Amino acid sequence: MDALLSLVHGFGVLADPMNILYMFLGIFLGVLIGVLPGLGGANGVAILLPLTFSMSPVSGIIMLSSIYWGALFGGAITSILFNIPGEPWSVATTFDGYPMAQKGRAGEALATAFTGSFFGAFVATLLLTFLAPVIARFALQFGPAEFFAVYLLTFCSFVGMGRESPFKVIAAMMLGFALAAVGIDTVTGQLRMTFGSTELLRGFDFLVAVIGLFGVGEILLTMEEGLAFKGKSAKISPRVVLQVWKELPKYWLTAIRSAIVGCWMGITPGGATPASFMSYGLAKRFSRNGKRFGSGELEGVLAPETAAHAAGTSALLPMLTLGIPGSPTAAVLLGGLLIWGLQPGPLLFVEQRDFVWGLIASIYLSNVAGLIVVLSTVPFFAAILRIPFSIIAPVILVICAVGAYTVHNALMDISVMLVFGVIGYVFKKLSYPLAPLVLALVLGDMAESSFRQAMLLSQGNMSIFWANPLVGTIVTLALAMLFWPVLSAAMDRLRSPARSREAALPAK
Amino acid sequence: MARFRLLGRALACAGLAAAVGFGSARAAQAAWAPSKTVEFIVPAGTGGGADQMARVLQGIIQKHSLMSQALVVINKAGGAGAEGFLDVKGSARNPHKIIITLSNLFTTPLATGVPFKWEDMTPVAMLALDEFVLWVNAKAPYKTAKDFVDAAKAGAANEFKMGGTGSKQEDQIITAAIEQATGTKFTYIPYKGGGDVAAQLVGGHVTASVNNPIEAVAQWRAGELKPLCVFDGKRIPLTEKVTDTMSWGDIPTCKESGLDIEYLMLRGIFMGPGATPEQVAFYVDLFKRVRETPEWKDFMAKGAFNTTFMADTEYKTWLGKAAETHRALMEKAGFLAK
Repeated sequence: MDALLSLVHGFGVLADPMNILYMFLGIFLGVLIGVLPGLGGANGVAILLPLTFSMSPVSGIIMLSSIYWGALFGGAITSILFNIPGEPWSVATTFDGYPMAQKGRAGEALATAFTGSFFGAFVATLLLTFLAPVIARFALQFGPAEFFAVYLLTFCSFVGMGRESPFKVIAAMMLGFALAAVGIDTVTGQLRMTFGSTELLRGFDFLVAVIGLFGVGEILLTMEEGLAFKGKSAKISPRVVLQVWKELPKYWLTAIRSAIVGCWMGITPGGATPASFMSYGLAKRFSRNGKRFGSGELEGVLAPETAAHAAGTSALLPMLTLGIPGSPTAAVLLGGLLIWGLQPGPLLFVEQRDFVWGLIASIYLSNVAGLIVVLSTVPFFAAILRIPFSIIAPVILVICAVGAYTVHNALMDISVMLVFGVIGYVFKKLSYPLAPLVLALVLGDMAESSFRQAMLLSQGNMSIFWANPLVGTIVTLALAMLFWPVLSAAMDRLRSPARSREAALPAK
Repeated sequence: MARFRLLGRALACAGLAAAVGFGSARAAQAAWAPSKTVEFIVPAGTGGGADQMARVLQGIIQKHSLMSQALVVINKAGGAGAEGFLDVKGSARNPHKIIITLSNLFTTPLATGVPFKWEDMTPVAMLALDEFVLWVNAKAPYKTAKDFVDAAKAGAANEFKMGGTGSKQEDQIITAAIEQATGTKFTYIPYKGGGDVAAQLVGGHVTASVNNPIEAVAQWRAGELKPLCVFDGKRIPLTEKVTDTMSWGDIPTCKESGLDIEYLMLRGIFMGPGATPEQVAFYVDLFKRVRETPEWKDFMAKGAFNTTFMADTEYKTWLGKAAETHRALMEKAGFLAK
């Protein structure tokens, strides 16, 4: 009840027309930022942060968080249309979103992605409204061992289920781990595999790799296949949205599961990117359509997008209550809070009621606003596919190059992107999967450091991964996931001879 | 991005017009002023302490129109900041690039062997010094730093776990200094950021931390953490109550508690090699004016910074000494790159 009253108070704070204006401005900028690969939510918010110093903290956070929601929505657009993830958390959206676009169902994929995003955000905001203090306590139980367990679960829920040979999956994943290891080793403070080169100090940024592997790689493939986008004849009308809405309730289980995974990953804080991968993996395993994932399933778009947006939203919770950012963008927002003179932490909810509840109320409103903005632009974005390939391809390449450059302001990264483009092309030709490589590149670093932190804590004793019920459950769950295909095959074999024997018995 | 470059250019034009207008009056005062957008390099990632300070500076300079040109913050965090320092080192005679430093100015080259040192760049000014405080969980039995040290000495080796930011950087150097001063052995666990460390301490995953004030103040006020001592020569001169009973000034120095360790982290500004005295003078003057703004004073108080300001020879002498201290501490701890 208390929370409801506070929320009403929050909507009161929001009623200032200037705040609504900032909200729409933020959403609009955010969608643009989300569409441009490389220029992520974190960069966008950081660039615009100084502009907000002259605003009141409430207006400032509303505008900045709206940029973040906009970017969360926008990331899906290029993933689906061009197989170029605009944001790291929309990589998993390409797996089914792009095949859908190729089949001429881009409008449906976009509408699904946006609706899923909205649903995820809504669930996460409910959580933020009613359970913030309880959940903050839960997040504190996460030490290095628990973090590693979560990353392990992400890997395990994702491997061993592709159509590709397991050896190719492992090869791709190992390449990803090797690339993730380049640069500074955060545990020992030593440089690794930089070979004395200044350019390699940065390591390989996940975003640059993704832009190359997917964006450039895709353009190379398309060029080979005949200089035209598949699916360009797609007819798109506002009616598509209604059709999708009619179909989506069928997938309620996936949506709810993804929202839970997302909220959990946002709070712990694993972040939106692992959440999207894990949720896609789980959906593929447990859905009836699981076997068709990767060929353009609505559910395969719904799962990662719902989880990513739920995680992105709930990442605010540890930031506000504990001062730990759940995502890079939340880290920049955290900096903003400090600059405005607000101290995130357990007392923020008590001392800054206007600020906190104004922010929470704005999340409800700005996600509705975001949904309206992006849905009404679906036909426009889908129409881009009708532009001739010879015109749009160079434009995409330029946007990719700009995106790769923006990540670190490094010219070298454009060359790195091109190399990754060729790698992506070769991988596709030899039917090596890209997803494990990307997953290892984005999570390899974090998984490695949490594993080593845990080992330092336990003085090298592996039993730390079963030291308490929380970590023990997650690790066991992860291992069960990993060996699920083997286990289920073994069980089938056990069962079928038994059955055949039973069948044989009466005959005797 | 493009939009902001344009905005910058528009501002630049306006600035130019203003400069022409004031031309004769200004020329006598400042011999040099930036003629294009100034890049402000941060040798650390977005969201960290140095990044926050750089963005506050950017905001203040913009809000009070302290500079006719735009200031753009650029993060170059690769190789524990080496990327940023090498960039500035390689920008000889480019007065449109400045860098804010943290202690990785000293620690990164020593720990990684990447070839740069503070003398490679032109020192501009010290903006402030960041304090370090020894924190433990509020439920821990230690009341003073002495209790803590005694317990650590009595405990088994590696039993006490110190959480900190990064590896072979300021937090681990202080940990090593505590080990050297007390003859105990801690297990040092490196985390990504100060916020993580504070939360891990609240969650009881580590025994203690040496977080900066701003990183742990929220948990202190919420009664989750308690400060034992501050690693400075004298107490923090802030007497406003932060919790119900204590102010920053109520925290004893570690020396008072029998732990004779002092460590402060530099928040200073540098330019590339070969900057002229006029160019340095422009930036010194700029940051002096920033220090006068209420926003900066507020930021300093919130983070309980040591607000010492230095420039010229004084700054250079301080840098020389600090570099020596770091080398000595890191050599003793065995952190030097082989």
